Amino acid sequence: MDNQQKKQAQVKKEPFFRLVKRDTLPVGKVILIYAIAIVGSLLLSSIICSAFSDKNPLQFFSSLFGGAFGSSRRIWLLLQDTALLLGVAIALVPAFKMKFWNLGGNGQILVSCLAAVACMYYLGGKIPDFLVIILMTVTSILAGAIWGVLPAIFKALFNTNESLFTLMLNYIASGLVAMFISIWVKSGSGVLYPLPNGHFPNLFGSKYLLTIIVFFALAVLMFVYLKYTKQGYEISVVGDSPNTAKYIGIDVKKVIIRTMIISGALCGVVGLFVAGSIEHTVSTASANNMGFTAIMATWLAAFNPLIMMGTCGFIAFVDKGMMEVRSAFGFTNDSIANIVIGLVYFCVIACSFFITYEVKFRKPEARSTKTEGGKPL
Amino acid sequence: MDKKTVVELCHITKRFGKVVANCDVSMDVKQGEILSVLGENGCGKTTLMNMLAGIYYPDEGKIIINGEEATIRSPKDAFSYKIGMIHQHFKLIDVFTAAENIVLGTGEDEKYDIKAAKTRISEMSEKYGFHIDLDKKIHEMSVSEKQTVEIIKVLYRGADILILDEPTAVLTPQEIRRLFGVLRAMRADGKSVLIITHKLNEVMEISDRVAVLRKGAHIATVNTAETSEKELADMMVGQKVSLNIDRPLPENPALRLDVDGLTMTGPEGNLVLDNVSFEAYSGEILGIAGIAGSGQRELLESIAGLHHLDSGSVTYYNPKKDKPITFFHKSFERVMELAEEGMLRYADGRDFDGKDEDGKPLHRKTIKAVVEAGEIFFKEDEVINLREKTPLQIKELGVRFSFVPEDRLGMGLVGNMDIIDNMMLRSYRRGHSLFVDRKKPEELANDIIESLKVVTPGTHTAVRKLSGGNVQKVLVGREIAAGPKVLMAAYPVRGLDINSSYLIYNLLTEQKKNGVAVIFVGEDLDVLLSLCDRIMVVSGGKVTGILDARTAEKDEIGLLMTKTDSVKE
Amino acid sequence: MITFLVSAISIATVLLFGCVGEIITEKAGHLNLGIPGIMCMGTAGGCLGTSLYMGIANGNPSWLLLVLFSLVFSVIFAAATGAIYALLTVSLRCNQNITGLAITIFGAGATDFLMSFVDRTHFDAAGKLISSPLPFAKNLGWFGEIFLGHGVFVYIAIAVALACTFVLNKTRVGLHLRAVGESPATADAAGINVTAYKYVAILVGSGIAGLGGFYYIMDYIKGSWENASIIEAFGWLAIALVIFVLWKPHLGILGALLFGGCYIVAFVLANVTSTQKEIIKMLPYVITIVVLIVTSIFDDKENQPPASLGLPYFREDR
Repeated sequence: MDNQQKKQAQVKKEPFFRLVKRDTLPVGKVILIYAIAIVGSLLLSSIICSAFSDKNPLQFFSSLFGGAFGSSRRIWLLLQDTALLLGVAIALVPAFKMKFWNLGGNGQILVSCLAAVACMYYLGGKIPDFLVIILMTVTSILAGAIWGVLPAIFKALFNTNESLFTLMLNYIASGLVAMFISIWVKSGSGVLYPLPNGHFPNLFGSKYLLTIIVFFALAVLMFVYLKYTKQGYEISVVGDSPNTAKYIGIDVKKVIIRTMIISGALCGVVGLFVAGSIEHTVSTASANNMGFTAIMATWLAAFNPLIMMGTCGFIAFVDKGMMEVRSAFGFTNDSIANIVIGLVYFCVIACSFFITYEVKFRKPEARSTKTEGGKPL
Repeated sequence: MDKKTVVELCHITKRFGKVVANCDVSMDVKQGEILSVLGENGCGKTTLMNMLAGIYYPDEGKIIINGEEATIRSPKDAFSYKIGMIHQHFKLIDVFTAAENIVLGTGEDEKYDIKAAKTRISEMSEKYGFHIDLDKKIHEMSVSEKQTVEIIKVLYRGADILILDEPTAVLTPQEIRRLFGVLRAMRADGKSVLIITHKLNEVMEISDRVAVLRKGAHIATVNTAETSEKELADMMVGQKVSLNIDRPLPENPALRLDVDGLTMTGPEGNLVLDNVSFEAYSGEILGIAGIAGSGQRELLESIAGLHHLDSGSVTYYNPKKDKPITFFHKSFERVMELAEEGMLRYADGRDFDGKDEDGKPLHRKTIKAVVEAGEIFFKEDEVINLREKTPLQIKELGVRFSFVPEDRLGMGLVGNMDIIDNMMLRSYRRGHSLFVDRKKPEELANDIIESLKVVTPGTHTAVRKLSGGNVQKVLVGREIAAGPKVLMAAYPVRGLDINSSYLIYNLLTEQKKNGVAVIFVGEDLDVLLSLCDRIMVVSGGKVTGILDARTAEKDEIGLLMTKTDSVKE
Repeated sequence: MITFLVSAISIATVLLFGCVGEIITEKAGHLNLGIPGIMCMGTAGGCLGTSLYMGIANGNPSWLLLVLFSLVFSVIFAAATGAIYALLTVSLRCNQNITGLAITIFGAGATDFLMSFVDRTHFDAAGKLISSPLPFAKNLGWFGEIFLGHGVFVYIAIAVALACTFVLNKTRVGLHLRAVGESPATADAAGINVTAYKYVAILVGSGIAGLGGFYYIMDYIKGSWENASIIEAFGWLAIALVIFVLWKPHLGILGALLFGGCYIVAFVLANVTSTQKEIIKMLPYVITIVVLIVTSIFDDKENQPPASLGLPYFREDR
């Protein structure tokens, strides 16, 4: 009798629910979970925004969509933003597939932007524009690659923590930009006005089209690179199973360094376009935090460059749409956009839990299964 | 034998899926005794003890402790019954001191006072004869010191029944002697000690009684004084069961692989391979028998170029005499190397040294042309030194090794990739194209699925979703498809059902018939005895014997497997 | 020189709060890149508390109540933001890097948003009151100015850092917390409630970090407000500082002083060009990278990040 009671007490000690790792969910279900999260977070945002103003949630959505798609100029800008973000996302994806946490996108963009602007500043007007553009392209890609490969070399040789390393490089890049501006701008205002030379040409009369075409094309190339080339295959093996990589004779160090050169160089292309096609100048904010935002985009797209076109588009859409919401709702600064983006991120991040794990509630009569989780000898 | 019984296991059965780990085991433990739990790998001895320690919960049967039925569902429960287990893999925190590790998680309701705790630990150490610096960090310690910390940790929590899982496996003879001293002191103090082991000489030396397990069942518990090593070995391995495996005699065996004096230090600082020498011949299966962890894994991995060796050599004999050299397995550079070494000749017998008659180097294109035309031949068998070569270099030297590693999903295959992508792990580099060719791997995948009857939804299924047997078929299939001259397989049938196992045996035999030198690491002695031509027995990183599998006796192998340097005080 | 030291100590205080907060979180095995956002939220909370109290006090504020009000509000807001991070990374086992970045984006935005609603009319007075030096500082000349001339939050920061070192190294709670960060599986097996320790560490760490942002706004710049970006920048610097001081809070006091000095020297020195100023401002990050590389080269076990930093713990994964 006493033992019986003891046993029952033991069973009661079992937790009410427990987590089990799932097999992969079907794609449809995954999309459904994400869709619910996104719609839910936007609804929540609309309620919050309405609560702090005299507008209603419906107006929130109309402003949101209006801000993103309201005019042809807005659509062009949306596409341009998407393209740039996509550029950063495809730069990060090979590194992430290799389980190399490149948090240094911002820094890689900044140094390359700086390199391009340096070409514009020193050579602009002195040599033909097309030469300036060629030099800008070379230097900025090189600068991005160097900024990317530095942490990779130390990771490969000494296993130095790459996420902290790349994070620090962001601030050094930002410091370099501030330093060069202080050299170039004698007035001490700290603002470098747009430079007249080294602008990228318009394509079919549109100043947006070149950027858009380049990065969407690069995304397709990255998809092909990762999926169909030998190097892409090596990246997957190194990321998924370093032991297997060793077993089949892949030089893991070489792959890490090579991949980060590519990753940094692609961030360099983004910096190049920011300097050559959009801003024609550089500031510490030139990266527009895309190095971080793009992490979200790659991760949401499950590291697939084609899906990233959609996730980058969505992030750009929320960003642009919220700018309109902000002015329509009479908010004084763009902080509300960040709150909404933050909320969407939280909901979507939380989704990953429901996709990886399954919550199993304790069945009333069930015996402990916890103790049976082990493997046979 | 009038000592008090402290633990009684009654009709314990434990299953993992279809596999029965323990079947109707009943045994007892007395106060103040050292009881050895003896058995081969996979006989269920660790599982049985894990049920006492709260890691597993028995499916059937009951555990009685001090006369009362006990429910042990977690290590914490086990401690409440004063049972503590020292596992093979220590659970210690590297950057903590010994004392910090020992007190971790104890004494929630009293003031934290590491000094007082240290005094208590020191008193305990003195009583049982431990030698330990309590302020030393774990990462600065030897294996033996870490083990001591684990034992003290258990004692500090007040355990009266200690279970040690293979405690001597990683210790030197001196350390073993010291450990035995401690265990005797604990016995004298009235504690009960259970040692999981397979080393007969140690069993004879330290224990009062021996419980022998075989294939999940309890065979007998005997008093050590009334038995012998021979009797124990017989009980442990049982009667020879002959299996119905086709075993043709090797045809024209030729030396293929010569391993000489391999010595390697493991990460723990002990010798995992100690002067290992053997030869492997074409057309035969060389079996490697031994208790798991005796160096089999390291041996195969170091032949495959995955480890740094202290000393020794691995030489590969490539049967190329009078055969044309091709670029299929050799790089241009390797061809030039061989030419310079004077290994090559033209069809008419003239030396080919990569130079024309005037001694001027031939044009690269000319050399390529004559090699591709099949006009250049080997003069002798190629002898290749593989020491300190990486797997890629070995491959580039044209050595056709296939290796089925023990860790299938962690090393042999990539779990997240589909079958096709796993097929090309070894071959994806072929050709100069930037792109991978998935056509041939797909054909190969389909071939393997069909010929080996792999159960899978399709070629695009991630291999980690396949069952163990099917994963193994994919891996073995790929390695055999590479057309090896040497095939190494570590535990290729572990976890497989009978049908899959036989399929693998037949595949290995077929390779042997094709003139491949097969090296097979196995754990089931019956299989080794009926499949292999020769059996090499390893124990503690040393070769303890090489036998003819057709004439060897099972208990003979059993003794060699457990042969260690004798531990005498 | 004295003004330089005083300013350096002030910036050091901001960094020290952030650094100690992050150390506590990292000791539990969580790399919290949300600290910049959490420091912002601490600022917003503290300012809200100040504003509320100044409203209640009606022109006659008491120093003690003001400090208490703002401190409690600051800690609660920061800890609440930390709770989101904890929920996502501990219970839902989401990727720590990504969650942290999202927290930072959210925290900075929410702070800007909240601050636009905070009534800042009495901030000037509140700032002066909070930063009022210890009573006897004036009579002690330069010594008093450097060591005693600060607002109470400077001393709180130092006390917290020292207390944190003590707790981590000399108490059972600290031992258990370090065990959780090093090897949650071992801690779990020893009967330590891993989830609870992680939650408490993240909440406490966040609360402490939040004070840094509040101190900067209310004490150092006496209640003026532009936007959250400066505090976010301090947050990243604080994360760098954690590496620089090798996860040791008491070293954080010295490290913060060095970083604060590098930051402030650019503003104080008269005869350096703005270019040189920018170079000096970069120094802390360069030093941090050097420290990171050196520790990884020597692979010295004593000075490594907690072994399970950044990894989710799922018991059944064993």
